Amino acid sequence: MKQTPLDRIHRSLNGRMVEFGGWEMPVQYTNLLEEHHAVRKRAGLFDVSHMGEFEVSGRGAFDLIQKVITKDISKMEPGKMVLGVMCTEQGGIIDDLTVYKFSPLPNGDERYWIVVNAGTKDKDLTWIQGVRDREFPDVIISDLTDGIAKLDLQGPLSLEILKKLTKDDLSRLTFYTFMETFLLDSPCVVSQSGYTGEYGFEIYCASRSAEKIWNEILKKGAPWGLLPCGLGARDTLRTEAGMMLYGNDIDETTTPFESVYSFVVSLEKEFIGKQSLIMQKDLNFLPKKICGFEMVDRGIARHLYEVYDSSSDEQASPIGWVTSGTPSPTLEKNIGMAYVPMVYTKPGTEFYIKIRDTRVKARVIKLPFYKRPL
Amino acid sequence: MNPSDRKYTKEHEWVKVEGDIGTCGITHHAQELLTDIVFVELPAIGKKVEQMKSACVVESVKSVSDVYAPMGGEVVETNKTLEGDPGKVNRDPFEEGWIFKIKLTNPPEYDTLMTADRYEAYLKTASH
Repeated sequence: MKQTPLDRIHRSLNGRMVEFGGWEMPVQYTNLLEEHHAVRKRAGLFDVSHMGEFEVSGRGAFDLIQKVITKDISKMEPGKMVLGVMCTEQGGIIDDLTVYKFSPLPNGDERYWIVVNAGTKDKDLTWIQGVRDREFPDVIISDLTDGIAKLDLQGPLSLEILKKLTKDDLSRLTFYTFMETFLLDSPCVVSQSGYTGEYGFEIYCASRSAEKIWNEILKKGAPWGLLPCGLGARDTLRTEAGMMLYGNDIDETTTPFESVYSFVVSLEKEFIGKQSLIMQKDLNFLPKKICGFEMVDRGIARHLYEVYDSSSDEQASPIGWVTSGTPSPTLEKNIGMAYVPMVYTKPGTEFYIKIRDTRVKARVIKLPFYKRPL
Repeated sequence: MNPSDRKYTKEHEWVKVEGDIGTCGITHHAQELLTDIVFVELPAIGKKVEQMKSACVVESVKSVSDVYAPMGGEVVETNKTLEGDPGKVNRDPFEEGWIFKIKLTNPPEYDTLMTADRYEAYLKTASH
């Protein structure tokens, strides 16, 4: 298993270490619920160095990225990032990812980063390289993952804390924009974005600078109530925000339209998987669709629990399955997401989740469960 | 720390026997491993349980864990207050956080369980 550059720190903070995507990661430090609330009310700091970063540059870089992701990046300016997915020819999601567009290199070549999930990184790289080799041989793809640490600082007080580490004005970063800056004296990429539904930043720095930056954020954040947070809180936070977790909510058997990712599909440009997605759209029928639900009766839905139409008909087959489920610390109820037939996705619709031997009533509600107050 | 008026299982349950009734719960160590308990699914009254078979379930935010019956019998009472306040199991696992009571069918099973001293030694050797 791989360790992040902050492994020593996690252990010194008594982080409870678990395997995730081939990495040893802290699932929590002291208390998941406190970590969760710290992000919603104050700030939390996550080590997500397990995530993958590819640099894509050289002649054809733009065309390659246009080809492999569903989202149109033709109007993207340097300093902007976008969310997108990569699809197979069949429209199945290979990964969800973000693309960062940097200023052009001195020779005029465009330069991008693609930031991907840890568990899919190798598969993603192989896929992108395959398309490069076939169609865009001049593009240079570098896997930067091992040299880069990624820290997510999330929560309403993130700006107050992070601005103490830099001379640049981070407040001018709007949502999904980034800057190249120095935190302390280390070069970093900082974007206003994240995976919690809260205001905050994703910070990329050299692995060797990670400890220094982590420690300084903890120190500057401590008076504000910042906590180091593990993957456990990250998961409850992203679920409340209705965000997809690859491998749970989406994978190669699900399309963007079936998941929440319709909005990252740009059918007016060419990309791999487009024909299949057009067919799915033209049919005006999805074999399954993700929905959010809350538990009406007592019980916590979990990943892969079955969904039923009826509480009593023992012969009936399940109509779907839960992709993510958790108690929501912010909303103080049990929530989840499930794939069900389209007719069950209207808010207010009731269905039953099989929890051990009992079918427990749940009700469809609109995603996201939680939206941060403006 | 583990009370000596009861006995313990390797799966970190305890049972305190009074007459033919055994009161059962999970240990301080178990609640620490589980972290925040957010849900206790109590067994049905009248449910027959066998020693070291699952009697009910406790859930933390991230995990679902069986609670094994330390001894066999029939469930005669459950701690209903845990439905509204499952965190009691974290705060007071040995008293207020008891989970269910069973009418014992085979009292000699008690001899197969660990005393508090042995349980503490077990925790050390199990390298927790």
